[in-house]
Amino acid sequence: MSDAISALDGARSEGSAVVEELGLRGMITLRGDLSSKTVAAAVKNLTGLNLPQQRMCNSRAAYGVAWMSPDELLVMIPYGEAEAATAKIAGALAKEHALVVNVSDARAVFAIRGAGAREVLAKLAPVDLSKERFEPGQFRRTRLAQVPAAFWLRDPDRFELICFRSVAQYVFDLLKTSAAPGAEVGFL
Amino acid sequence: MLILQCPCCGVEAEETEFAGGGQAHLTRETVGASEENFEAYLFMRENPKGVHFERWRHANGCGKWFHAARCTVTLEVFGTYSAQTTRPPNEICDKITARRPGWSLKDWGSGKFA
Ligand SMILES: [Zn+2]
Repeated sequence: MSDAISALDGARSEGSAVVEELGLRGMITLRGDLSSKTVAAAVKNLTGLNLPQQRMCNSRAAYGVAWMSPDELLVMIPYGEAEAATAKIAGALAKEHALVVNVSDARAVFAIRGAGAREVLAKLAPVDLSKERFEPGQFRRTRLAQVPAAFWLRDPDRFELICFRSVAQYVFDLLKTSAAPGAEVGFL
Repeated sequence: MLILQCPCCGVEAEETEFAGGGQAHLTRETVGASEENFEAYLFMRENPKGVHFERWRHANGCGKWFHAARCTVTLEVFGTYSAQTTRPPNEICDKITARRPGWSLKDWGSGKFA
């Protein structure tokens, strides 16, 4: 089997924030009843994480669970584990009304970090990114200029962002331009 | 610019994060409907100056459909509510009446809720 590589193979740019493609990441879409104990147990088993509150993302090392909608989670795990993990969750939820799909190869992941990170995103998304309104752990599905994207504040000065793999170059270029030296607004 | 709050995920955002879905609370005419009713279902829409009810989808967010009550003149949004209802709930009507004294659901459009 050929080696899988991510859309931009770790592209990186430095400006008012560091923008970096993070390579391959395992991602599993899980749709079902988020109040179900079976769903919570299946996710915890795999990631060691509890289900997130509304619009939040729980993270631990390479693992994450994000709240996507009232009936949808995104489970993040190391890329190499995704295939087996999908089967494992699907098996655990066999008797639930649920859908489990490995979407790892349909996505690209970026980190935006540094003092300018909030502003770099605020220029591209219709989201209030002030420190008071967007806190660590918060997860937001929105648009980045013309394409859908989702980001969360992983650490106080580090966002992680996902988009469709097919628009990875567009998103990288947006972030790079937004972070270009001299393009600081200085508001956030 | 409209600012809507999605009742499904709680996000408040401006309209570019959403997609408009046209007039709300249509009755779906189907097999057995009269030609007049079927034509009205397909083509005829209210065009009120003032209070209106619409469907919206949180397209760049949680992906869910919901309803919004707003003013077509001022773009004021009176409230958003569940998609799983066939008429505006009382609490939404109360909010509209508070902002538009004398307004009544009975008078909306061509009298669907009269
Ligand atoms: Zn929503």
